[in-house]
Amino acid sequence: MSGAGDTISADEIITIELTVNGTPRLGHVEARKTLADFLREDLALTGTHLGCEHGVCGACTVLVDGEPARSCLMLAVQARGCEVRTIEGLAPEGTLGPLQQAMWENHSFQCGFCTPGFLMQITALLAENPAPSEAEVREALTGNLCRCTGYQSIVRGVMAASGAAPGGG
Amino acid sequence: MAVSQLIGARVQRREDPRLITGRGHFIEDHVLPGLAHMAVVRSPHPHARIVGIDKAAAQSLPGVLAVLTAQDFKAQISGGMPVTPAFAPEKKYVPERFPIAESEVCFQGEPVAVVVATSRALAADAADLVQVEYEPLPAVVDPEAAMVAGSFKAHSDGPDNIGWDMTFAGGDIDAAFAKAEIRVSERILQQRLAPTAIEPRGVMADYSPYDERLTLWLSSQNPHFIRLFVSGAMGLPESHVRVVSPDVGGGFGSKISPYPEDYLVPAASRILSRPVRWIETRTESVMTTIHGRGQVFTAEAAALRDGTLLGLRLTQVLDLGAYHGTFGAFQACACLMSGGVYRWEAISARTVGVLTNKVPTDPYRGAGRPEGTHLCERMVDRVAQELGMDPADLRRKNFAQEFPYVNNFGLTYDSGNYDGTLDRALELVDYPGWRQRQAKAREEGRLIGVGLSTWVEICGFGPSQPTAAATGGIGLVEAAEIRFLPSGSVAAYVGTHAHGQGHDTTFSQIVADTLGVPLAAIEVHHGDTAEGPAFGYGTYGSRSLAVGGMALHQAATVVREKARQLAAHLLEASPDDLDFAQGTFSVRGNPAAHKTVQEVALAAYGGSLPEGMEHGLEAVSYFDPPNFVWPFGAHICVVEVDRDTGAVAIQKYVAVDDCGNVINPMIVEGQLHGGIAQGISQALYEEVVYDQESGQLVTGTMVDYLIPTMNELPVPTLDRTVTPSPTNALGVKGIGEAGTIASSAAVINAICDALSPLGIHHVDMPATPERIWRMIQEAAR
Repeated sequence: MSGAGDTISADEIITIELTVNGTPRLGHVEARKTLADFLREDLALTGTHLGCEHGVCGACTVLVDGEPARSCLMLAVQARGCEVRTIEGLAPEGTLGPLQQAMWENHSFQCGFCTPGFLMQITALLAENPAPSEAEVREALTGNLCRCTGYQSIVRGVMAASGAAPGGG
Repeated sequence: MAVSQLIGARVQRREDPRLITGRGHFIEDHVLPGLAHMAVVRSPHPHARIVGIDKAAAQSLPGVLAVLTAQDFKAQISGGMPVTPAFAPEKKYVPERFPIAESEVCFQGEPVAVVVATSRALAADAADLVQVEYEPLPAVVDPEAAMVAGSFKAHSDGPDNIGWDMTFAGGDIDAAFAKAEIRVSERILQQRLAPTAIEPRGVMADYSPYDERLTLWLSSQNPHFIRLFVSGAMGLPESHVRVVSPDVGGGFGSKISPYPEDYLVPAASRILSRPVRWIETRTESVMTTIHGRGQVFTAEAAALRDGTLLGLRLTQVLDLGAYHGTFGAFQACACLMSGGVYRWEAISARTVGVLTNKVPTDPYRGAGRPEGTHLCERMVDRVAQELGMDPADLRRKNFAQEFPYVNNFGLTYDSGNYDGTLDRALELVDYPGWRQRQAKAREEGRLIGVGLSTWVEICGFGPSQPTAAATGGIGLVEAAEIRFLPSGSVAAYVGTHAHGQGHDTTFSQIVADTLGVPLAAIEVHHGDTAEGPAFGYGTYGSRSLAVGGMALHQAATVVREKARQLAAHLLEASPDDLDFAQGTFSVRGNPAAHKTVQEVALAAYGGSLPEGMEHGLEAVSYFDPPNFVWPFGAHICVVEVDRDTGAVAIQKYVAVDDCGNVINPMIVEGQLHGGIAQGISQALYEEVVYDQESGQLVTGTMVDYLIPTMNELPVPTLDRTVTPSPTNALGVKGIGEAGTIASSAAVINAICDALSPLGIHHVDMPATPERIWRMIQEAAR
């Protein structure tokens, strides 16, 4: 399993440079390390949660160059040179952004575990479509699972946020 | 009495700012220096003999610290995992359960070895290298077949597969049936469900060999009970074990009972003298975290032609899985609640717990009460259908009317107004309008159905006397502690442990109103056995507010009354002459003479206390409720079934519920929305499937086990009536499970109503398009 040509072994250490929440970061990661594990373990950004590690629940959603991505299905090395945005980068430290404010006011979430993935997916939605219809919200968020709320409170929060904060964030 | 300001208000949740910024602290967010990672080698067979385990290849992998099997753990852990009496005290066969299998595996996923390594990935790699030789044995899959004498056994050394077999007799059932003018019977399935908290389980342990102390972090609804169980099994004084359950990413009952890993991780830490962590994968979760439901009911109901209900006779066959769940027999309460909100002359309910080669079942949201409600509401609809009576009229005719109401099994419903919730639900849904639309649709060949579910729930566990018998010793009271610090802020400690229910907020509202301090001055602590009272009883069974909230209210009241004594001393007045409002004691008739509660708190640590008064301003209180609490309500679902595809579309969902006084309406609505979603999901989507021949789990990922997304669930219309519980000073009941208890019956009753013109009387869950389409085809033959 030794590296030859373009092939690298799973545990080979690779150096990557990327930008996370606006800050340039350097990492030395095993080739097989997921982006989620890199964010959580190497950068201590534990707001990105792992619910299934097979790309279904959406709790680990982050933005990679503005596009939502399942960080459990993406390798850290694939994020080389990318702009990654996580839940910790949604608002300045110690503050809430308008989306978070709207979700809070609408009791959008309960246990808080799926929450970061939803917020990142919603951020991407509002960036693309600042005033979505309820049907568009539901369609855009079908890739994120919540077991606590039945989703109605989340839809309500997004609708409030889209009125309050065109452009999201 | 202080003027109530915050109780009843839609206070935004205090826990949200950290959760919506990614700053919560869940189990996987905790790391320790030198942390090692554990992976579990699990049986791929539902039933097999272990012939041999070869650790060599795994042990030789660099970074592997240990490969451990039952032999290693037997020196660390004594006794089996606990089984409580719950509602089936007379057990028959109770197989001993050690956290890791030694010679025989009895369900797919049962641990046979663990690997501890320097990284989680390495541990997983090495686990794959552990060579286990198995001799497969026949798998027991179908619980009804497993009841038959001479069938294959789930444990090869067991006498049979019968875990319990008992009958609850509530009245003279033969006499009731002798009067019957009509009888209906039905066979009703309750499929196995995976609770599926989005956060999987996880355990981290740090054993300190020099002072023999263990700190255990885990994602749990029930930290004090885990401390009790694990300390006992590991031979440690309970006081030497600290259990910390941080933010918990959902539980739904699956994080109440102890699991094998709760013992294996601390034992591995003790063996290796370093901290060890295990985080569950999703497939491990579906395969080895407890399942809920898994029951088959056969039932017969007797009634008079005028719609008077007479008798209900039923058998619950409960698929226990390979071992009794710690609280698994709680699910037998389906029998005790099978009469629902109605007056019956007699009910006879037999429950049989049957061992199979599957993961154990245990309480999952509602735990016996959804099953009891589903059965009762289906049977009542069957009676109405048989009589050609409107199901709303039949319900009204038989509702319990006078409270307290004693049901057939001697359980006392504290308060109720069943007509009130049903009337309001019928009005909100526009019942006559839907019946008209239904008739018109039927003329057009379309299948519209309206389903009712009028429900009552036993919750708020519970009075100490019956619950001590049910747990095997610990009465489910609740403890709380209030501490006024000298500067006037308040620390509140509770023995319950929220996992999404918003206790930081609700409990703060109670404390704020009782003590007259602002919310910002209150800090609620829970989930750490090193803090607060000696024992906490956990969060499950919709008990936290009605029992824990009351304990907190009591503790705060004791503190306030001590403050009153001290204020009276400082103001040179009689305590009886002091008014207390907005956090200030003032002398009646002389409001200028006053002390704020913060001033009194400081004085409690000062040098001017009255003779005989101890320093400090704090109190511990235990609340032992005189009864359970009994929330109730009426749910109505309207569906249209597609005749060509069998697909069900929910057109309208109305829920009118009554949980007594409401502390925070926003949180109550959230609990209902989520609870209703889980009941609808059972009705339409979810099912843990095992291959009937091989016993292999078929639904081992989130791709196969269907959790509904935002596009599948309706927008329920909620309303409530308020009938306070007379059993506690706050007048509150529980609401955490209500939605789940009520909703599956409303959906299935609606589907059956829609399909009734085709001669279909009953549809089992999940009512998938395929299942319904097949039934429609069958009916057309």
